[in-house]
Amino acid sequence: MAILIAKKVTKRFGGLVAVDRLDLEIQEKSIHSIIGPNGAGKTTFFNCVTGFYRPEEGEILFNHHSLVGLLPDQIVRLGISRTYQNIRLFPNLTAMENVLVGLHGHLKANFFGIVIGSSSTRKEEAEAAEEARKLLRFVGLSGKGDFLAKNLPYGDQRKLEIARALASKPKLLLLDEPTAGMNPKETQDMMDFIQRLRDELGITILLIEHQMRVVMGISETVTVLDYGEKIAEGPPVEIQKNPRVIEAYLGRGSVKEATAA
Amino acid sequence: MSHKKQNRSVPISSLVVGLKTGLIGAILTVLLSLIGMVEAFSQREIIHEIISMGHALLLLAGCFIAYFSAKRTLLEKKSLILVNSLIAGILSSGSLILLVVLGHFVNLRSVFINASPVLFNLLLLGQGIEKGSLLLILIGALIGLFSGTLYLFPARIRKAMVLPLSSVLLAGVLQDLLRPTLSAWGPLSKLSDWLFTANGLSLSGAITLALFIGIGSHFWSSKGKGIQERMKNLSLRKRRIITYSGFLILIFLLLLLPHLLGLFLSEVLTIVGLYILLGLGLNIVVGYAGLLDLGYVAFFAIGAYTTAILTSPELGFFHLSFWSALPIAILMGIVSGVLLGIPVLKMRGDYLAIATLGFGEIIRILVLSDFLRPWLGGAQGIGKIPKATIGSFEFARPQDIYYLILAGCLLVVFISLRLKDSRIGRAWMAMREDEDVAQAMGINLVSTKLLAFATGAGFSALSGAIFASKLGSVYPHSFNVMISINVVCLIIVGGMGSIPGVMVGAFALVGLPELLREFAEYRLLVYGAALVAMMLLKPEGLWPEAIRRRELHEESEEKTSRESTEETSV
Repeated sequence: MAILIAKKVTKRFGGLVAVDRLDLEIQEKSIHSIIGPNGAGKTTFFNCVTGFYRPEEGEILFNHHSLVGLLPDQIVRLGISRTYQNIRLFPNLTAMENVLVGLHGHLKANFFGIVIGSSSTRKEEAEAAEEARKLLRFVGLSGKGDFLAKNLPYGDQRKLEIARALASKPKLLLLDEPTAGMNPKETQDMMDFIQRLRDELGITILLIEHQMRVVMGISETVTVLDYGEKIAEGPPVEIQKNPRVIEAYLGRGSVKEATAA
Repeated sequence: MSHKKQNRSVPISSLVVGLKTGLIGAILTVLLSLIGMVEAFSQREIIHEIISMGHALLLLAGCFIAYFSAKRTLLEKKSLILVNSLIAGILSSGSLILLVVLGHFVNLRSVFINASPVLFNLLLLGQGIEKGSLLLILIGALIGLFSGTLYLFPARIRKAMVLPLSSVLLAGVLQDLLRPTLSAWGPLSKLSDWLFTANGLSLSGAITLALFIGIGSHFWSSKGKGIQERMKNLSLRKRRIITYSGFLILIFLLLLLPHLLGLFLSEVLTIVGLYILLGLGLNIVVGYAGLLDLGYVAFFAIGAYTTAILTSPELGFFHLSFWSALPIAILMGIVSGVLLGIPVLKMRGDYLAIATLGFGEIIRILVLSDFLRPWLGGAQGIGKIPKATIGSFEFARPQDIYYLILAGCLLVVFISLRLKDSRIGRAWMAMREDEDVAQAMGINLVSTKLLAFATGAGFSALSGAIFASKLGSVYPHSFNVMISINVVCLIIVGGMGSIPGVMVGAFALVGLPELLREFAEYRLLVYGAALVAMMLLKPEGLWPEAIRRRELHEESEEKTSRESTEETSV
């Protein structure tokens, strides 16, 4: 069953068509990758799904809810969470607080309950702290919860961003280049981790990635974008042989070489 | 921020450093003299008949420059460090000789009215040009060498030398605060007579104080760690008892304070207290939520005017008591906070600052207008505002109003603390760090922003209501933009988002100028200099917000409490 369906989604910036009549279906509990050259509209599509941009045309359905026109905070409550291409943590909050902010939508304390310190507020805070510790443990950051986010090493910041995204208890997780800037060992760890997210937590993963090894290694379906248009879709093995994909990535001449060889 | 710090203090190994910083020092000392600070400050003596505050200011500037020059030099070259700080010291004092000589031949007074013979005499230490110049050079060399060696000493010794000197300086500067306070108490009046003369510390008093502080700090640096260790090893319950008893002593002292300090100082305290209330409110808006609000005085005015309209018989609309007007004033503040918040919801940073600045002015001009005069009193304001009363007790004198403000401060601190470590406080701080991501994390920006504006405005209105009843009248000109600027400054100097920082900032920027009448003229200059210095040297503020240790701290606390319950059950 498809958890996310995009129908003819179009996003323009002035004369530039960033996403052009994109149709996409993401199956529940799958790992789905979007690839494409720089400027192909991958991140723009993410921003349309999460409510940062409002597409001019088309429809995005998440579990039969329309997402077009909703605000980001409403969309995250429906169960879509994301990470960012250039890490965007809350730098001057601790790792623990970053995760606690992710839990925001699931906490109910109001102003007066907080000020008088009602028992339900205190109980909720204790549970939230426990939940945050559990998430830090899950991503392998236990013991680092009291560091300021900006003081964590790069790899840990990536993990923390995922922990924060997981805190909102998403059904669909959008990862924007999760292995950017990682060495082969870290990349392998991240791939295993992404698979764990799907296998253990049952989260559907939609992923933008540039490292072909990652894309081909873990995804079940790959969608290729070029100039905002979908040029190919299918399992990784087929995509690797698709002439249009090779053309988009390497230029027209290389297709002939590839077919000749 | 860290990479900036490294950039700034790349040490250089040449005499250029000494010359460059010395030149800055020269400009600084000449500037301090020409704007009249040295002369104005020389009325007050730090140590009786030995050093005045004006001279101390110049000495301090020279020491600072020489120390800075030592710090900029490569650490490996010890002799070069001394030479550089020596050069800086001599240049800083030598420039004053040049100033005096120049003033002798050219009439500087047509431009710098402060360049009077009195000033020149002061600069030459009353010794005439030949002897005075020699003395100045000598003093410059001495402070240069002193600062250079100070830099070379290990931190422990440096501290043991600087602390007594700065405490003598502080005691001298704050003599008007300390002397009456000490002499009001029977047994302590002897001490006050020993320490102070009619103007400044006595020499013997200064030496005693320096020795006392020096030995005390030495004792603490050798034994203090042990005491802190022992504190840590105490069980959770004992530690709690110590914290709570410390807290009780603090409350007790706070309650006693106006009786110890007398009328004038209590008045200063009430002013500082009102600014603390304002600062804590703005701290929520600026410090937590990161919304730069420059029209904060508007809510202060709304609180004050609401109280005035509801209670003053002069207008004759209502005759409520202070206590029934107070909640309405706070409510009015909250409502106007939301009303201001709605149009500026989409604005960020500079745009928000300008829009709120405008709002502050609109409120001031509205209360000033002739059109609204029958209701708001116009330029003449509203008078005859009754004091707050409980039974037959009236909060009339500053000593009484102090309690009103103290209660307000305690309440506001309590609310701020509770909010800070909650779902709402975290939402505010997330919004401050990155508004887009905060929204993508499920935070409703509209309600969160409005809540911040409303809470801050409510605190400000509370401060305004107390202000109205304290003064007994309200005038439009009491609510000018300078109040907003002052409150923003005290938050920046104290430390953004830090509750103790707001208090330290209020005492430093509002309390100190009230105590030092000499400062009054230079208030804005000192503000500006303090802000620039803070941004360069300590951008996080005097008392920055502490990082709350949640993960490990709470786990260990749970463990120790579990252990202690196990102990008791056994």
